[in-house]
Amino acid sequence: MAKLTFKTDYCKGCGLCVDACPKKVLRLSPDKINPKGHHPVEAVNMDACIGCAFCATMCPDCIIEVER
Amino acid sequence: MTVFKKPHALTDVPMHYCPGCTHGIVHRLVAEVIDELGIEGTTIGIAPVGCSVMAYNYFNCDMIEAAHGRAPAVATGVKRADPSNIVFTYQGDGDLASIGMAETVHAAARNENITVIFINNAIYGMTGGQMAPTSLPGQVTQTSPYGRDVNHCGYPIRVCELLSELEGPEYLARVTVNSVKNVNNAKKAIKKAFQNQVEGKGFSLVEVVSSCPTNWGMTPKQALEWIDEKMLPYYPLGVYKDRSGSQEAQK
Repeated sequence: MAKLTFKTDYCKGCGLCVDACPKKVLRLSPDKINPKGHHPVEAVNMDACIGCAFCATMCPDCIIEVER
Repeated sequence: MTVFKKPHALTDVPMHYCPGCTHGIVHRLVAEVIDELGIEGTTIGIAPVGCSVMAYNYFNCDMIEAAHGRAPAVATGVKRADPSNIVFTYQGDGDLASIGMAETVHAAARNENITVIFINNAIYGMTGGQMAPTSLPGQVTQTSPYGRDVNHCGYPIRVCELLSELEGPEYLARVTVNSVKNVNNAKKAIKKAFQNQVEGKGFSLVEVVSSCPTNWGMTPKQALEWIDEKMLPYYPLGVYKDRSGSQEAQK
């Protein structure tokens, strides 16, 4: 069972992780806003996550930690 | 089991880069390599002038801020003063290919035992999107609103090809970070560039074709696609010089 931890305060909502995810696990939160004023990433479909860390590989701000 | 976490060689502060800027990815790759080679205590980084001017805030090793374009000259001094240090410079295209071209070419010609990370995003980012020496023919920027006219402004400089004509440099490679696969390849090239210095082989430069969504006027996703469509045909990926590697292959 994979586990993702997001440091959402550092997220800039660029969406590169959302595009990189092969299982469509992630999205940019439509209703949350972080202290920087961005819509941060959130996981909506954790059961599908395979822990490939593609999201973390593409994240420019290094906010994702992946456990498997 | 943790399969991915922030490398120790990156400090835990938010980066000032724009959303989707690939500087953050390259910072992380450099930090991962520093961690893997176990050289954090002996590494000294040289920050440039440009968007990455505040790179000294993000790396956990010792950092020096160089005057615009002079990072290879500062790195030369640091390395020669104490060759046991691992010295890398982190420079953009305005810094390395424009004002710092003389320092770059001569450091390569002398085969200084340093590692240069060169970010090529075809535009001046920090100053607001002016034309850079690496801007593509026809590219619209703040100072070329009708597209770069090669009859007036000349042609973009391919730094790896230019330096590969010199006898000096040990390792020259061009990589990009627009997909997971390319990020992994970029890390291999950056690791080799640091490994060469640890082994005392000489000047290693890795050119990273990067994106600038803000000044290109695109979303982060469109910018990564633009790298594939427009930049890579003019700046082909590959290893342009690998002196000891090709000698070993001949044996």
